[in-house]
Amino acid sequence: MQNHPVYTDNDPQTEYSTLNLGPTHPATHGVFQNVLTLDGERIVSGVSTIGYIHRAFEKIAEHRPFYQITPLTDRMNYCSSPINNMGWHMTVEKLLGIQMPKRVDYMRIIIMELARISDHIICNGVLGVDTGAFTGFLYMMKYREDIYEIYEEICGSRLTTNVGRIGGFERNFNHILFEKTRKFLKEFPVALKEFEALFNRNRIFVDRTKDVAAVTAEDALSYSWSGPLLRAAGVDYDVRAMEPYSSYDEFDFEVPVGTNGDVYNRFLVRNEEMWQSLRLIEQALKKIEKEPSDVFHADVPEFYLPPKEDVYNNMEALIYHFKIVMGEIPTPNTEVYHSVEGANGELGFYLVNDGGRSPYRLHFRRPSFINYQMYAPMSRGMLLSDAIINMSSLNIIAGELDA
Amino acid sequence: MSKITNEELLSSIKGKFDADVTHVSEPFGLLTLETSRERIIDLLTFLKTDAALQFIYLTDITAIHYPESEKQIGIIYHLHSLVNNVRIRIKVFVADGDVTMPTATVLWNGANWMERETYDFYGVVFEGHPDLRRILNVDDMTVFPMRKEYPLEDPNRVDKRDYFFGR
Amino acid sequence: MSDIQIVEAPPGIEGAGFFATSLDKAVGLARSYSLWPLPFATSCCGIEFMATMASTYDLSRFGAERLSFSPRQADLLMVMGTISKKMGPVLRQVYLQMAEPRWVLAMGACASSGGIFDTYSVLQGIDEIIPVDVYIPGCPPRPEAVIDGFIQIQKLVQTESLRRRDTPEYQKLLASYGIQ
Repeated sequence: MQNHPVYTDNDPQTEYSTLNLGPTHPATHGVFQNVLTLDGERIVSGVSTIGYIHRAFEKIAEHRPFYQITPLTDRMNYCSSPINNMGWHMTVEKLLGIQMPKRVDYMRIIIMELARISDHIICNGVLGVDTGAFTGFLYMMKYREDIYEIYEEICGSRLTTNVGRIGGFERNFNHILFEKTRKFLKEFPVALKEFEALFNRNRIFVDRTKDVAAVTAEDALSYSWSGPLLRAAGVDYDVRAMEPYSSYDEFDFEVPVGTNGDVYNRFLVRNEEMWQSLRLIEQALKKIEKEPSDVFHADVPEFYLPPKEDVYNNMEALIYHFKIVMGEIPTPNTEVYHSVEGANGELGFYLVNDGGRSPYRLHFRRPSFINYQMYAPMSRGMLLSDAIINMSSLNIIAGELDA
Repeated sequence: MSKITNEELLSSIKGKFDADVTHVSEPFGLLTLETSRERIIDLLTFLKTDAALQFIYLTDITAIHYPESEKQIGIIYHLHSLVNNVRIRIKVFVADGDVTMPTATVLWNGANWMERETYDFYGVVFEGHPDLRRILNVDDMTVFPMRKEYPLEDPNRVDKRDYFFGR
Repeated sequence: MSDIQIVEAPPGIEGAGFFATSLDKAVGLARSYSLWPLPFATSCCGIEFMATMASTYDLSRFGAERLSFSPRQADLLMVMGTISKKMGPVLRQVYLQMAEPRWVLAMGACASSGGIFDTYSVLQGIDEIIPVDVYIPGCPPRPEAVIDGFIQIQKLVQTESLRRRDTPEYQKLLASYGIQ
């Protein structure tokens, strides 16, 4: 974990200075604080403080019905909010025992992989910015706008999407969405190749990031790391491959694994994951064509809100609508844990239900929170600039850190 | 799919901890058991170090509050065996007056912040924890907000009180 | 006719080779088209601000090219995202460090009023601790809305007096927040 010697207190010549890498800082991507003790440029020790954006999601979730918790999950990892939404919907569907039609699974895969690409665009782009290369970030942000337009076709909003419903989607994918996705699949690989050409063998970038913050697989596992960080350290744990959800087992994709867990490896793993996501989206588009094109939700009238025309004209739809909104439908009095592969790692939902409309207890297993606890021990002995790059590559999203 | 079934897992646990493991259930295929605070570290050590089981990954530590039960606060551990692709959930219930637990940081470094979060929200004191203080809430908070008796909204806010719609 | 749009000149007297107007209008014009924002980004609105600064929506067309992360060198404090009670004193300190003239823009529902988070840990609007000039509603507001809010700030900057800090209303406002 330490690849530099650490100067200790026994040396009478050294004087340490305290630096507050405070909650508002351009290099910290979000509000968290590190009070560092420095010996010149070298970090001797650090204390992390988080909670500057603690919004009490778990407490709010105990007072909201299931379908109203989806906007809360949006705001956890807000760079890839569809993954949070889908993960929550799958947790509730697991609890209620709802089986999804295949087409809904493929639609979910398209949206989730687009979200993963958009999160990795930000992470790798901002890693470039922190090493001083602004161009890559600016070029890649345009493709985030393309992804936002695809989200807008299905749910109307760009960033905090609240996409999908318990039981499927709120509306079918229209032809504009498919055209935009195909256009994205044609244009983005060109830009991603250019991005890789700019960074992968760039002498300055490689010198800045190679062998910085190397992590062994044992340390990473002991700190419960997951996602691209753990895979860069050499452990091939990907929830999509180990416990496939939403028909991922029918798809053909590889899980990229690094060697020594340093920042350069994490960068390469994230780039390669973007290529694999593009593969998954292509396969999903082909598979969707074989399914009946008007299926976009499961046939569960007890949990999926009926369309408004039916509510005003049809008696059963009105009754179901009333029962769903007022919470008259009994739900199983049990507990469930479901996890999805978020962009940062294993995003888990632990839901304890008591039979009513809202959960009794909902706990989010947030990967950014668990990944960040290694930051302070890891930065002992590092140069300050290396510690900044390390923080960038951990991809800590403040909303997910504090929940 | 998992290489060890839940029955095999349960029988190897019962082989060593027969009387201390109660309330066995399998909601949605995830083996759930309950044990006591005195045996939890032994159980976790066994699960982590046993050569066949290898539960080396600590997924999460969290807590739950049942105000009407005799033992109100439950601390819940989720473990994951990457080699065998199987998960397990272990619960420990303690009564409200003495909410203390031994710390799991002796086994996994990752338990550090998970236990701090549990302390911050439920008041569970983990004995032996290197640095048990609040993590997400304000440092000078005196209550434990996730407990059921603590309200969600800020009690000092007056302008949102509405006669017809409450808050 | 070319379609280049130029900023309209303020009212004044024009002649061959000279243009006379009042000082505060000229200074207001200069200030409003070169505001240096401090992006105080905490959560999701911060990502939408990044999208606004990126090439598609490009806030720097309006003069906000140079983002300053130091409050001493910034004109406009853009608070983007939820401010919790733990963060409140930090925000107040950042505001106090800014030199006059300074303006505050609250972007998003959380900064304006607490948003959907009516909880014990979230500050229900930053105007509980600092005075705010423009509120941008939305969760998150679209980049067009952010640009609209920024243009409102520019209008405020153009039309207010040269030394706003000396006016009695402003001093009463700051006193009500406990700021000298």
